[in-house]
Amino acid sequence: MKVLVPVKRVIDYNVKVRVKADQTGVDLANVKMSMNPFDEIAVEEAVRLKEKGKVGEVIVVSIGPAQASETIRTALAMGADRGILVKVEGEVEPLAVAKILKAICDAEQPGLVIAGKQAIDDDSNQTGQMLAALLGWGQATFAHQLELEETSAKVEREIDGGLQTVEVKFPAVITTDLRLNEPRYASLPNIMKAKKKPIEEKTPADYGVDSTLRLKVLKVSEPPKRQGGVKVKTVAEFVAKLHEIGAL
Amino acid sequence: MTALVVAEHDNKALKDATAKTVTAAAQLGSLVHVLVAGLNCGAVAEAAAKLAGVEKVLVADDPLYAQMVAETMEALILSLAGKYDAILAPATANGKNILPRVAAKLDVPQISEIVKVVSPDTFERPIYAGNAIQTVQAPAGKKVISVRTTAFKAAEATGSAAIEKIAAASDPGTAKFIGEELSKSERPDLTSAKIVVSGGRGLQSGENFKLLEKIADKLHAALGASRAAVDAGFVPNDFQVGQTGKVVAPDLYIAVGISGAIQHLAGMKDSKVIAAINKDEEAPIFQIADVGLVADLFKAIPEMVEELNRLGL
Repeated sequence: MKVLVPVKRVIDYNVKVRVKADQTGVDLANVKMSMNPFDEIAVEEAVRLKEKGKVGEVIVVSIGPAQASETIRTALAMGADRGILVKVEGEVEPLAVAKILKAICDAEQPGLVIAGKQAIDDDSNQTGQMLAALLGWGQATFAHQLELEETSAKVEREIDGGLQTVEVKFPAVITTDLRLNEPRYASLPNIMKAKKKPIEEKTPADYGVDSTLRLKVLKVSEPPKRQGGVKVKTVAEFVAKLHEIGAL
Repeated sequence: MTALVVAEHDNKALKDATAKTVTAAAQLGSLVHVLVAGLNCGAVAEAAAKLAGVEKVLVADDPLYAQMVAETMEALILSLAGKYDAILAPATANGKNILPRVAAKLDVPQISEIVKVVSPDTFERPIYAGNAIQTVQAPAGKKVISVRTTAFKAAEATGSAAIEKIAAASDPGTAKFIGEELSKSERPDLTSAKIVVSGGRGLQSGENFKLLEKIADKLHAALGASRAAVDAGFVPNDFQVGQTGKVVAPDLYIAVGISGAIQHLAGMKDSKVIAAINKDEEAPIFQIADVGLVADLFKAIPEMVEELNRLGL
């Protein structure tokens, strides 16, 4: 069984985001970019399944600018087998991403797609669910633990009240939550090996998908700033201050 | 114009998140219908019918909906979608799980986690963990929207809408509910509590969270945690407050032993008052805390319990 893992190149999670003065977006010039952390967890899970002999080939897809090939290389260095880069300049909405991924699934026929539950840039949390719907597949989002059986996967999911277990038939889409695994660091020999692994280059048009934006971003602005208040030295002052401002 | 709100509930009680989503739906300038899909969920439907601004409640009471499995919910919502101009759900684990499926099938770009209705087709939503606010305009046609409930007031229970039974839709049979392990607690729900006491890595162990329980019980507060504390296994995943966990906005948020990573702040910075206890004077949490106490939490927390007792708070 093949596994497909979509990965997104996003601003590194440690970077302090700055809104551009003209309110057209956030400043991405000379900012460190990395693989979306949830996608890293997805790659790790796919590679572990491969190492356990549960799945065959691991294919990594990124939809983004030319530099997204670096993100694919990172996944290849972690142990994925080959990459597909669908080149698009600028933003792509989750629905267009899902449509491109659907076309790739139609061509590659994976038994499983493992995706990050959300990208930490647009915080949409949509793509995996949309892909599952377009394919007519079952889904298990926010996966906390994953167990593959003959024809289905048993997935423990993180939900508002605790944990829920669902069983999804293959083919299926699974999206990762934080506790699914701890992604590895690629070793130097594996980074070298990854350079030789193939990356195919495509465009949305190759898949018959129009990636024109449908939502119009009117502006991107700074959130209201919160000012720090007072710092106190004793518990008595702490409680008194909270009482004084009506919080206790 | 009519909007459909997908109700959040546990078959026994309607969740507060629904009342807040109804408020957002009404701000679109539309009539509001609420869909209650569940099993033996009559009490939920009655509660939904009381929400001010709701014109009609649709109830699909069927074993298929005993749990809100995304695939069956998608089929049900799509069977109704033709009549609606907008479909909204709270951005809960269920809402996030179900709604994008509906949007994809309707070929509509979903707008996630709105915090403000600017006009019937324009919305504000946080991006980059709340470090930027995007104002976004939806194209003409149906709108599919998830709502960050902390940003909207709950609709009051002053209405009396009609309740209409509807038939179940088909079962795609692709996914099946197996079981659930829910955290049991006598404390208020994290997302709707007036006071939240949260612990971080500084607590050092799950055992030490008992210290926080004493304060939480005293203040009738919910318990929360940072990602670090959940990852370390101190508390279960449903305690997590942050960008990818729960978003809370209580009247008072007390952060104990939490340094204040941006991902955590994303989940609590809209709290009315933020108080922090941390031994590291440089901890970023102090930059946004209204009241900060630089102290060792293991000394400060027991002292705080005594102080609250002394003052009769």
